[in-house]
Amino acid sequence: MKILVAVKRVIDYNVQIRVKEDGSGVVTDNVKMSTNPPDDNAIEEAVKIKEAGKASEIIAVTVGEEKAQETVRKALAVGADRGIHVKVDSVLEPLAVSKILKKIVEKENPDLVFMGKQAIDDDCNQTGQMLAAHLNWPQATFASKIEVKENSLEVTREVDEGLETIEVNTPAIVTCDLRLNEPRYASLPNIMKAKKKPIEQINASDLGVDTNPRIEHIKIEEPPKRKAGIKVSSVEELVQKLKNEAKVI
Amino acid sequence: MSVLLIAEHNNKEVKSFTLNAITAASQIDQDLHVLLIGHNADDVAKSLSEVPLVKKVLHMDNEIYENYIAENYTSAILKHADKYSYIVCSANTFGKNLMPRIAALLDISQVSDIIKVIAPDTFLRPIYAGNAFATVKSNDEKKCITIRPTSFEAAETTGGSAEIEKVDAADKTENTKFVNREEIKSDRPELGTARIVISGGRGLQSGENFKLITDVADKLNAAIGASRAAVDAGYITNEHQVGQTGKVVVPDLYIAVGISGAIQHLAGMKESKVIVAINKDGEAPIFSVADYGLEADLFEALPQFLEELNKLNTIQK
Repeated sequence: MKILVAVKRVIDYNVQIRVKEDGSGVVTDNVKMSTNPPDDNAIEEAVKIKEAGKASEIIAVTVGEEKAQETVRKALAVGADRGIHVKVDSVLEPLAVSKILKKIVEKENPDLVFMGKQAIDDDCNQTGQMLAAHLNWPQATFASKIEVKENSLEVTREVDEGLETIEVNTPAIVTCDLRLNEPRYASLPNIMKAKKKPIEQINASDLGVDTNPRIEHIKIEEPPKRKAGIKVSSVEELVQKLKNEAKVI
Repeated sequence: MSVLLIAEHNNKEVKSFTLNAITAASQIDQDLHVLLIGHNADDVAKSLSEVPLVKKVLHMDNEIYENYIAENYTSAILKHADKYSYIVCSANTFGKNLMPRIAALLDISQVSDIIKVIAPDTFLRPIYAGNAFATVKSNDEKKCITIRPTSFEAAETTGGSAEIEKVDAADKTENTKFVNREEIKSDRPELGTARIVISGGRGLQSGENFKLITDVADKLNAAIGASRAAVDAGYITNEHQVGQTGKVVVPDLYIAVGISGAIQHLAGMKESKVIVAINKDGEAPIFSVADYGLEADLFEALPQFLEELNKLNTIQK
């Protein structure tokens, strides 16, 4: 069984982002970048399945600018076998990314595609479901547990009401929740080994996919700031403030 | 020009977030139709028809819709998509799972999680865990939109009398099967709509210690939330998680206990009207968004808090 894992390079989750003054976006120069957190879970799950002897190959793919290769290299260092970097010059919408990934799936014929359930930059939560639609494959989103069966997966999904379990026939798309597993760190020897693993570079423009934006970003701005609060010195004071000042209890 | 809104329900009742989405959808276009896909859900159809903002209910009843499967819903919705300029639903796990599948098949770039309708083609949506707001204009002819329910009031549920039209079922997928759903039943208010939310974090140190939180919640008739750290540590189940990848809540009062205030947690609660933080680390980022901060050991503060609440003559419920 072959597993394709899609990863995205985003501003690190610990960075307090800054909005550009001209309203054109957020500051990315000299800002720490990392793999989108749930994409790390997607890679980890694929590696665990391979370690259990249920997968033969893991391919990590990213769609992004030159430096996006770093995320593929990181995936290789924790257990992916080879990488694909689809180069683009601009930030693409999930619809365009899903069309590019469809081309990669058609080329590689994986049995499973894993990715994070949501990218923490645009917070769109679309790409996996869109890819599933393009391929007419079943989708198991927000996965917190995956059980590999013969020709199917049993997936536990985190939903608003609690947990839901579905069974999807393979080939299938799974989008991963942060609670799916505990991503491992790459060891130094594995980081060195990963440097020798191949990363194929493909220009998005060679794939014959319409990547033109459909959505105009008119303005990016800071959200309204909360006015500064106060520190109270005791529980008694807190309750009095909530009762008499904020009038919420 | 008209809007097709996809209802979320359990075949007995409409889920409350659908009512918030109805309000938002009606701001886009008042010619609002609701598609109800379910089985033996006549009561749901009737209650949707009584929502004054709804002009028509399309009711698709078939046993294949007993449980919600995105693939089956998608083919059902695509049967009707031609006639509408907008396809809309709530941006909770229901709509997040469903809408992109529809959008991709219609070749539409979806606008996710809007918090404001600026114009029929222009919307405000949070990005980067709500640390930036983007004003976006969709240039697709037809639009697929998901709505952050907590950013819109729930629609009135009485007084309307929309027509209910029965429509035929669509194809069923053979590739996805529903197995089961573990819903935790609770008498408490729902997290997404509660007036008061009290949340615990890693500072609680164990699942047992969440009793300190539940005792206060009982007194205040509050919903119980949690930080991702608390859920990850197994103190409490996932449906309580508040944050960027959990639930977004906007209660009148949010009480964060033993929560440091990571960016991803703040994304889920910082629009709350009044925020209280109780944390022994005076430098914790949660204090930067708190209206009232109490630097204290929660194991002393929570029992005292309950005691003080018990002294009050009246408590708003």
